[in-house]
This record gives sequence, C-alpha cells and structure tokens, in this order.
Amino acid sequence: MPKLSIRGGVHPDEHKLTNEITITRVPTPERLYLPLKQHIGAPAAPDKVIHEIIHKGQIIARAQGSVSANIHAPCSGYVEQITDWAAPHPSGLPTRTMVLVNDGRELRDDVSTPVNPLFLRPEVIAERVSQAGIVGLGGATFPSAVKLTLGQSRNTPVLIINGCECEPYLTCDDRLMQERTQAVMDGIQLLAQALYGPDTIIAIERNKPEAIRLMEIACKDFGNIRVMAVPTRYPMGSEKQLIEYITGRQVPAGKLSADIGVTLHNISTAYAISNAVRHGKPLTHRIVTVAGDAVKRPGNYEVPIGMLISDLLAFCGLKEEPQRILMGGPMMGQALPHAEIPITKGCNGVLAMSRAEVKNSTEHPCIRCASCVDACPIGLSPLTMAAMLKKDKLDQAVDIGLKDCILCGSCSFACPSAIPLVHYFNYGKGELLIRGQQQQKDDEIKRLIQGRQVRMAQQEKEKEEMIAKRMQAIAKRKAAEKAAAEQNSEKEIA
Amino acid sequence: MIRPPSSPHIAGRSSVPLVMLLVLLSLLPGTMLGIYQFGWPALFLFLITIGSAVLFEAICLKIAGKPVRLYCMDFSALLTGWLLAMTLPPWAPWWIGVLGSFCAIVIGKQIFGGIGQNPFNPAMLARTVLLVSFPLEMTSWIAPRPFGTADAPDAAAGWSITANGIPDLDAVTSASSLGHLRTELGRGELLPDILSSTYDPLASAIGTINGSLGETSAILFLLGGLFLLYKRIISWHIPVAILTTVAAMASIFSLHDPDHYAGPLFHLLNGGLMLGAFYIATDPVTSPVSNLGKIIFGIGAGLLLFIIRTWGSYPEGMAFSVLLMNAATPLIDHYIKPRIYGHPGSRIGQFFRKLKKEG
Repeated sequence: MPKLSIRGGVHPDEHKLTNEITITRVPTPERLYLPLKQHIGAPAAPDKVIHEIIHKGQIIARAQGSVSANIHAPCSGYVEQITDWAAPHPSGLPTRTMVLVNDGRELRDDVSTPVNPLFLRPEVIAERVSQAGIVGLGGATFPSAVKLTLGQSRNTPVLIINGCECEPYLTCDDRLMQERTQAVMDGIQLLAQALYGPDTIIAIERNKPEAIRLMEIACKDFGNIRVMAVPTRYPMGSEKQLIEYITGRQVPAGKLSADIGVTLHNISTAYAISNAVRHGKPLTHRIVTVAGDAVKRPGNYEVPIGMLISDLLAFCGLKEEPQRILMGGPMMGQALPHAEIPITKGCNGVLAMSRAEVKNSTEHPCIRCASCVDACPIGLSPLTMAAMLKKDKLDQAVDIGLKDCILCGSCSFACPSAIPLVHYFNYGKGELLIRGQQQQKDDEIKRLIQGRQVRMAQQEKEKEEMIAKRMQAIAKRKAAEKAAAEQNSEKEIA
Repeated sequence: MIRPPSSPHIAGRSSVPLVMLLVLLSLLPGTMLGIYQFGWPALFLFLITIGSAVLFEAICLKIAGKPVRLYCMDFSALLTGWLLAMTLPPWAPWWIGVLGSFCAIVIGKQIFGGIGQNPFNPAMLARTVLLVSFPLEMTSWIAPRPFGTADAPDAAAGWSITANGIPDLDAVTSASSLGHLRTELGRGELLPDILSSTYDPLASAIGTINGSLGETSAILFLLGGLFLLYKRIISWHIPVAILTTVAAMASIFSLHDPDHYAGPLFHLLNGGLMLGAFYIATDPVTSPVSNLGKIIFGIGAGLLLFIIRTWGSYPEGMAFSVLLMNAATPLIDHYIKPRIYGHPGSRIGQFFRKLKKEG
C-alpha cells in the first residue's frame, strides 16, 4: 500500500531550467582521464599497458573481486600513461588513473549482439551488464550486475525504476525519458526480464509532466510495467524513501532492499543497460546536466567518461569565474577543489555556481527550533547528533542514529541558524570508518600473533616429537647393536 | 583555490533574525491595542523594558567576548524584552521593567551561555521573580483608559506614573477578571452571580478589559498565533494541546459544578492563555523537539495552568505552568523521539503503532 508522503524532506527551488534543452553530444577531447575506481567496491586493474593501442569500447581495466566494475575506452587511440590524478572528491587527492590519448578515428571492434535480447536467460543478461561495466548511474555507483544477481537469488517481486531526480538543477534523467523513451523502456524491459518479470513501477516526480506522459504511453502495452507519479519532495529519489513511499514498507536497518523483495534501478542505468545488452555498447558515455548561473550554455550533454570538467565547462562556456564547482546536485553534490577532475560514471551533474547562488550565511547558535527534526526523512534528531559530534562523543551519536543518516542535507537546508549539520555527520562517519579500519587492523594483527603462537607451539611440539622419535630410534639401534653384540659374543662363545 | 565546503550548497530562506522578526510582527497588533488602551505609561514601560533587555544582552555579549552586533541583530533579546513587557501591569514603575529585563537576559539566558542554552523561558522566569518579589507592583491593574479619553493621563503625567509610581493607587486599580473571580469565589459567592455583574465575553475577546498588555486581547493574539502557524514559525502541537486541555478541563468541571467552576470560554478568553499558548510555550529553546513531545508538553502545561488557576494561590498560572514544563523538557526529549527509519522504535511507539494497526 503506497504511503501518502514521505517523512520530513524539504522543497528547495527546483532550478530545472535545462529540462527543455535537447541533449547535445560533446566531441571527445584530446585526452581522457579514467580513474580505476569509479564505483563502489575494489578498483579495477589495468588491462592495457602504456602505449598499447586501444579501440573504442575495449576493456581497459578489469573488475577485481565480486563487487567491482570493468572500465572501457570511450575513444580509440592509445594509453599514454597510468598515473595518479586528482580524484572527483572535495580533497582532490590523487587516485590511480589511466590517461588515454584520442586519435579521433573512432575505431571500434565488431561486437556480436543477440537478435532479441529479451529472449536471453536472466543470468546471461546480468553477465552482459557486468561485462559492460554498468554501475548505478544515479550517483551510488553500485555495480548493477551485482544488484541483479542479488535480485535473482532473492527473487524480488518488485522492481522500482527511479526517475524521481529530486535534486534541484539536474534534468538528465528527465531529458533521457523525454528524448530516448524507447531505449529507456527497452532497458526497463531487460531489467524486468533479468528479474523474472517482477511488478515494475517507474517512479517519476510530478514536476516532470512531459516525461510522465511519454513514459505512460510507452508502457501502456505492458501489463506488469506502470508509471507512478510521486510527490515533488526532496529526498524522494533516495532509495529508502522511495521504497517506503511505493510499497509502504521500510527497509530494516542493516538489511538490503532485496531483503524485503525490492530491486531498485535508476533511469540512466536502464538506458545504459539497453545500450549494452541490445547494441553491445559498454558504458563509455553518460548524460550530464551542466548548469549553474556561471554557465553560458547550460543543458544536458552526452559526455565521454573521463573528460575533464574543465574541458566540459570550456565547451559549454563560462559567463564568469564560478564561485563553486560541484559534481552532482546542490543538495548532495561534492564541491571540487578545481576543474581538472574527470567526469566519472556516477556523475550526473556539473554545476558551476555563481557567487549569488551559493549559500553564504553566517552560522548562528542552535535555537532548538527542531526544523532539522521535522526535515529529517529518517527520523533522526540532527541537532542532538551534531551537538554530540561537536564534543567528539562518537558513541553517543551512533546510539541515536549516526549510522542511519543518509547525508541528504535536508537538515542543513532547513536550519535557520545555518549550522553545517551534514559536515558534522560526514566527520562522524569518517571517524567511524577510521575506527573500523583500525579495529580491522588490530584484529588482523591479533590473528597473526595468535597464528604465530600456534605455529610456534606446533613447531615446538614437532621438535620434541622428533627428538623423542630420534631418541627412541637411537635407543632401538643401541638395543639392536647390543643384542647383535650379545649374539655375536654368544656365537663366539659357542 | 576554492576551499571545498560541505554539502548542501543551497539553503532555505529561513534564518534566525527572520524568524524573530516575524514573531515580533505578529505581536504588533495586540501590543498596539494594549498600548492604546493603557496610554502613555504603558508605552514608556514597554520601551524601557525592551530597551534595557537589548542593553543587558549587549553588555553580556561584550563580557563574553562574542560578536555583539551579529548576536544582537538576531532580535532574540528584543523579543524576550517584548514578551516580558506584555506580562507586566501596564502602569508598573520603570524599575520593574529594568529589573525584569535583567532577570530575563542576564539570569535567565546569558548565564547559561546565551541564546539556545537556557533551560527556562527567560521572560517567564523574570515575570515569576517579579511576581514573587514585588506582589503589590505586579498586581496593580488599572481599567483601560485609551488615548484621548478624559481619564487618560497626558505624556507628562504618564511619565510621572512610570517614573514615580501610581499616585493614588487604590483609586485607579482594580482586580483582573481572573483575580476578581478568585476573590469572590473565596467569599462564597456563586459563579453565575459573579460573572453576570462584571464579565462580558466580547470585551474579554477584543481586549477592552484590564490586565497586562498580553492579557487583554485574546482575539488579536490568537490571530497573531495563527499567522505564525501559517508561516510555519511554530507548529500547531503545543498551542492546540494547551488550549484543548484547558478547554476540556474547564468543560468537565463547569458541567459538573457550574456554580464554582468557570466554563471553557471564560478560561480561553481571560488571562494570558492565548499569549502563553502561542508565544510563550512555543519558545523552541525550552520546549521539546519532537511532535509527540510537544503535545505532551502542551497537555502538561494546560493541566498545570488549569490546576493553578482553579486551586492554586495565584489567580493566573501561565508563567508557572510553562516553567514547570520547561523543567520537564529534557526528560520528554530523552524519552520521546521520532522513530528512526528501519528501526523498531521505542516500546511506547511500538505499542501505539500496534493499537493503530488493530484499531
């Protein structure tokens, strides 16, 4: 049973000014910078060496371990170097990155595609999604194939396609649904096929009437696929909130959505899956919303993954020096230290914000107005949590729900005192991570020491046994010698 | 290089100064009516109280080494002084206002660490200190004498009242409606007789009765409160809980014994209930943060108010009931929290959800 609304949330100014601008294809720049870790899980390992020639769509780095993703070349050319380059993160710290030089020839290997992928076995679809290096393109970047396999093993009866796009400014999913309705629909069908035909719901926020209309037309022939218009309220597009709104059930803490029978995929992911499974095109490009008051030609751009944001902004033009450059939406996006950072798979928006757009208020003391409590979609008390983290009382903050926080930013948005609540929670989560790693390290050291002790004891025991054995052998030999000597002497006597 | 700041990168339009200004704006009509009715002395006392409140705030901030301009410009001291002025007898001498502001700002707020840190509502704390310490000055009510009427003192006479006190105290003062009721009931009179001679519900609603500035016009403060609700400065939980609790208690008792217990309308329209329910009890700093907590807070304040008005030794109990519930706020906040997504929630919450499911 669907709920009437989600708990809390906020309604920021939408700024969806680019929702009527057609997607433009951006020419591939001279160099592309592909970080080996663009997804949740282990970084991919380079599959090409320096100076090796590559063709468009070839795997250049392979997934490592069960949760990881392949990376493909968005252009033809060669690998120039494998180096450390600024990561798409506020710190801009370097991460292993493959630098490709584009020869502009667009050479591509022939790939065989099935006549009709809708007849493929679910496991094969998941395998092809995995091959194509597709990850959750809404921003979470969790490998999609892992999700599909999980859904297959748990047999989830509900598939939700997330077309909410609740972040302000961003319109890439909206444009995708409007312009490439058939391909999106094809991806959704493939997803449904991969999950043994679940009840499929395409959730779209009501502020995208054109996308809703077109998607409704596209799925009217399918009994098990339908569109659901959901209220325009941030963070409607958050997995937990959307699942609760649609199914009326909450994902229990520490469990996965598959545990309550729901698989959730993003609209862009569905589109990428159609490209991969039907046309054999791996994930090498994505739609990125470029917006913000500092941009001269805002819009949605089809960008090769690995393109530097500076190149993209140069293509779109800048009116003024941006006050802040964001990767993602304004609510949860990362502020970047500079623009020499590549577009990755999870990047759905690049915002160049002008001075006037960025919030710029002085922090006041908390007046306990509870705006944050009302805004929190999870039901936390952000003011109390922040007060505890301020005093570095990490355990107390965890007790009242730090781990449940999804960092959506509704609390900070609503706060009249302009307290950077999310900053505190990020700090707290970072400390937890460090603590967890330390714990893991300690456990590992303990395990090694214990192992060594056991080994030493074993060796000691073996040594003793060997000595005992030898002693026994010597004794035996001596006894034998003695016996022989006695015999000999007896013989002699005889 | 731009220093990378934390998300979110946009913010809502709400700010502390804006919140305070809207509250002040909504108080304006009721305040103006009060000042109009009680003339120059009321205006002088009002200005002295809010002026001294801001002054004390500035001095404290200076001593504490905080940015004076930034913190004074949040208008919180102005609001505290304003609310305090609303609860004083309009012709009270100047030092009542100054002393009250001192109690409110210095003792009630800044000693605890300034805005957001005080456990008790500063204005109510100050009013209680004044009421207990100076019962004569704090209960000298005068009948309304609006500007321009024959009885109204001119500016000079008004200043003399504020500066030196009321010259002929017994001649001008009279009991407030709640006080009058209490005295007469104490004498053994029956309620219908008492009310029929003196009480006019319409006058109480509009505010042409005696009392403090905030005790006169129930209608204007109700409208002001509704404006704050509309602007989402306050939530409905506390005012609705208080008003319905008081009305329910009054209904039960007056139906049971109409000769000794006043009805709900009398309780709602008289005294500082409207001001208290919408402006005092809703003070965010000293009230619970969760919605259920707010309802519990409101019910508690309403019950205490009714008990004090009916059986206590003071005719009015808004300040006391709010202060007592302020003390209970940390406890309420400790036990009543919203349920966290994906968690089973508290045992109380589980019980209620089960009831809801079955019912």
